[in-house]
Amino acid sequence: MTKEATQTDAQVKNKKPVSKKVDPYEGKNIKIVKDATCTFCGCVCDDMELTVDVDEHRILKAKKACVLGRAWFYEHKVDTRPGVLIDGKEATFQEGVEAAAQILIDAKFPTTYGMSDSTCESQRVTVEIMDTINGNIDTTTSVCHGPSGMAFQGVGESTATLGEVKNRADLVIYWGGNPAESHPRHFTRYAVTPKGMYIPNGKKDRTVVLVDVRRTPSTPVADIFMQVKPGKDFEVLWALRALVKGKKIANDIEKQTGVSREVLDDLVDRMKNCQFGVLFFGMGLTMTRGRHFNSGALLSLAADLNEFTHFVAKPVRGHGNVTGADNVVSWQTGYPFGVNFNRGYPRFNPGEFTTTDVLSRGEADAAMIIASDPASNFPKAAIEHMKKIPIISLDTKDTVTSSIAKVRFAVSTYGINTGGTVYRMDDVPITLRPAFESTYPGDQEVLEAIRDRVKKLLSGKKARVAA
Amino acid sequence: MSSELKIVNGRVYDPANNIDGKIQDIFIRDGKIVDSVSSSATKIDAHGMVVMPGAVDIHCHIAGAKVNLARKLQPEDHRLDVHPKTAHTRSGTGGVVPSTFATGYRYATMGYTTAMEAAVPPITARHTLEELDDTPVIDKGFYVLLGNNAFLLKLLKEGRKKEFKEAIAWWIDSVHAYTLKLVNVGADELWKGRKNANITNVNDNIDHYNITPTHVIESFIEAAHELGLPHPPHVHCNNLGHSGNISTTLDTMKAAQGRRVHMAHIQFHSFGGEVNKDAVSGVRSIIDYVNENENITTDVGQVMFGKATAMTADAPLAWMLRNVKMNKWINADTECESGCGIIPFTYQDHIYTHALQWAMGLELFLHSKDPWRVLLSTDHPNGGSFMSYPTLIKLLMDSAYRKEALSYVNQKAIDQTSLRELDREYTLSEIAIITRAGPARALGLKNKGHLGVGADADITIYTEEDDKEAMFNAPRYVIKDGVTVIKNHEFATDHKGKLLHTKPGYNADISQEIEPFFEDYYSVKFNNYAISEDYLHDHEVIPTHPKA
Repeated sequence: MTKEATQTDAQVKNKKPVSKKVDPYEGKNIKIVKDATCTFCGCVCDDMELTVDVDEHRILKAKKACVLGRAWFYEHKVDTRPGVLIDGKEATFQEGVEAAAQILIDAKFPTTYGMSDSTCESQRVTVEIMDTINGNIDTTTSVCHGPSGMAFQGVGESTATLGEVKNRADLVIYWGGNPAESHPRHFTRYAVTPKGMYIPNGKKDRTVVLVDVRRTPSTPVADIFMQVKPGKDFEVLWALRALVKGKKIANDIEKQTGVSREVLDDLVDRMKNCQFGVLFFGMGLTMTRGRHFNSGALLSLAADLNEFTHFVAKPVRGHGNVTGADNVVSWQTGYPFGVNFNRGYPRFNPGEFTTTDVLSRGEADAAMIIASDPASNFPKAAIEHMKKIPIISLDTKDTVTSSIAKVRFAVSTYGINTGGTVYRMDDVPITLRPAFESTYPGDQEVLEAIRDRVKKLLSGKKARVAA
Repeated sequence: MSSELKIVNGRVYDPANNIDGKIQDIFIRDGKIVDSVSSSATKIDAHGMVVMPGAVDIHCHIAGAKVNLARKLQPEDHRLDVHPKTAHTRSGTGGVVPSTFATGYRYATMGYTTAMEAAVPPITARHTLEELDDTPVIDKGFYVLLGNNAFLLKLLKEGRKKEFKEAIAWWIDSVHAYTLKLVNVGADELWKGRKNANITNVNDNIDHYNITPTHVIESFIEAAHELGLPHPPHVHCNNLGHSGNISTTLDTMKAAQGRRVHMAHIQFHSFGGEVNKDAVSGVRSIIDYVNENENITTDVGQVMFGKATAMTADAPLAWMLRNVKMNKWINADTECESGCGIIPFTYQDHIYTHALQWAMGLELFLHSKDPWRVLLSTDHPNGGSFMSYPTLIKLLMDSAYRKEALSYVNQKAIDQTSLRELDREYTLSEIAIITRAGPARALGLKNKGHLGVGADADITIYTEEDDKEAMFNAPRYVIKDGVTVIKNHEFATDHKGKLLHTKPGYNADISQEIEPFFEDYYSVKFNNYAISEDYLHDHEVIPTHPKA
């Protein structure tokens, strides 16, 4: 039984019995959507039961949703802002598409960014547009698990779908993440408490280890908490690799990393002797000193452990379809993010074609931002440059980015208003069951219109083929 | 308005219709071959050219979760082999695991118009369908992995054959697969559950299930026979790549009990010698059995020297290869359904085992008595890229070239084979059989692999040349569904192929059996698992013929 369900049951028990059952939805036009999918985080839980007020266009209840999921479902209501703004003035859909297409074809170095809160169907169109105009394409992966993607290219990955973790994992290690706050149901639906085929007693049959630089709300879940000095993850991982292989490590390991030799030995022993071990890792590892070296060390540790037992690893991905973005960009170009089509074919170079870099260096002369808000969280130089170039923005809500956009489309929300496909953090593709219709088009519809217009405008000119 | 095309003066090789190099005209209307067209039809003068049906790849790995992992894993491979866009076609990257667009276009430039992705875990089938939709020009389908499916093994353990058959049909229908695939049956449970162990004897019981791989394979073959699938189970035997695995392969073929079965990439399963000792060629005992038993079709899985990528649902095999070079390695467990291993690999002519495998593949082709049943493949990209097919065709058609080639490779390996004594040269008609008519017939694709009236107008036209590698490397024209996609060696237009799948009938009650299992052991909801038909783009249902 899930944690949320337990809480709900407890709440029900505490309620005083009422003499007459009152239907809270009386008089409302209610629709129930079963097995709906929550796209808020990379857990992509597909067991939601949504109670929808069809007339008022909002979700009244999201059964099984975690605190983040409930906020996601409840806060998406129909709003009244204009669908399209050009230079802050209201415009028609066609005018918006025309302006966006003109910006893209006039640019010498158009770039696009975001895509991780968007369906695979939309992502496919986005890559097509950039292929057509020889643009640059990058996703939010470049600022979250991009280093893990690079480490993956270097050392590979032993991994598993989350159901296999549920069915078999008796040792679960979280490294550099705080799922209790970022992915609440990771514990309850997939990796810690659920009972599985060979884990009949759920958490009782598992040992849970948490590795982090500080205690977090996730710490109480763990049987063992291993606190690492900030910036010393790589050293600890490398020491673990050495110990797993029976090699010597420095005597002052505790002084260097904050972790004693005894704790390391104990963890090594547990890792080598478990039946099925899993290492989940978060941005505490990928976005601190060492970056792809950290991810690479962790992936290598998991691979090494297969000489003794079965061991897998998995980055805990953030956005609802960031994994889909990695997959789509990979199958269409061969590379997961940071891809450039300037030469008429895809090239990959993180640091060169990643968005913070093409913006900070002042290279991009137009940008299409889909479902993300770089203007609120990118480095200052990148934001300053964004203010100088024409921005096309597609988002479900007004953001800092949409406020500086030359062309701003309000779009409907994937999973709530529009269907499609998303990929869970373990690459399992999942379908969406929209709850109610929005007055705004989905980003796929906007992108397809832009693509068609771009192609039409370019057909009069010499096609942009390989230079 | 109908579109008409005629191909005149070409030398036609259409073995399914007993046409062997006859100068003959071919007529096309609305994507199909017809017996005549009007005088206003577009004309292609194929004088001095060879006309064949479009080629059909019966076994390759081109789309889906494992392919994409292998793609992501090898940027070094892509940057050396870029695939620029043209006025008509999308860009991409090549290497041994090309991007989806490059895959479709490059298959077309090899004269291929149909290809079958050979291994898809059902839970990721949606991913495969998306990639196949982005794989242009060719028609395509996929085989769904069921041989290690926990629910199906449970039914067999309980002896419930009837429900077992129904559930197989449910699975094929739910994910829109073409047929089913069995890979290293029974191994997943040991790999995931017993610290990376493997099952080495097909007559040993599988952990937790108390049934043997032989029993499982036999049951699948029987069920597929009763469902009347157009193509029988596609079997990747146990003990792939291990010395002495011919006994396993023979046991597996015997388990078919005379029913149809397709033995995948049989070269990898034809090792003689003793376990854990140097392998020798065991090709003769395998090919003799295949020659004598008409219920068996097979694709060779030829090894070609150079870059390859081992990409398989056989996770223990990839682990074995990983421990040879300790290179980067992927393992990917799929809940209740499959394992997966990926490893970049290079076949080198001076290495004994690699040269032996190369020679064994050629032996299989050259000892084959029935080209309709011993089909061309490299198990792309496991034995090498599909881009190496023209070189393979030259090795088969030109014995002088082959003899020269075998003088350059590890001679100890060649000593173990009969290759030096073999002078056989494949004819163009035989090539047309092993690349076109044969695979189409084995797949039960009645409208493919031939040029008779009613066939799909999937046609390749080659300039006739003595150098068969050069000839097959660059068709002059490729026509797909009656559309001239490649014209004078260049893309004249883009084209979208369709999905080929089957819809075996089943009793709907079976889903009530499957659902509780899902709720307990899967991490997705049962209702979200089956893929609705509106998810498919262009598609064609190939009929099944269930046994009463």
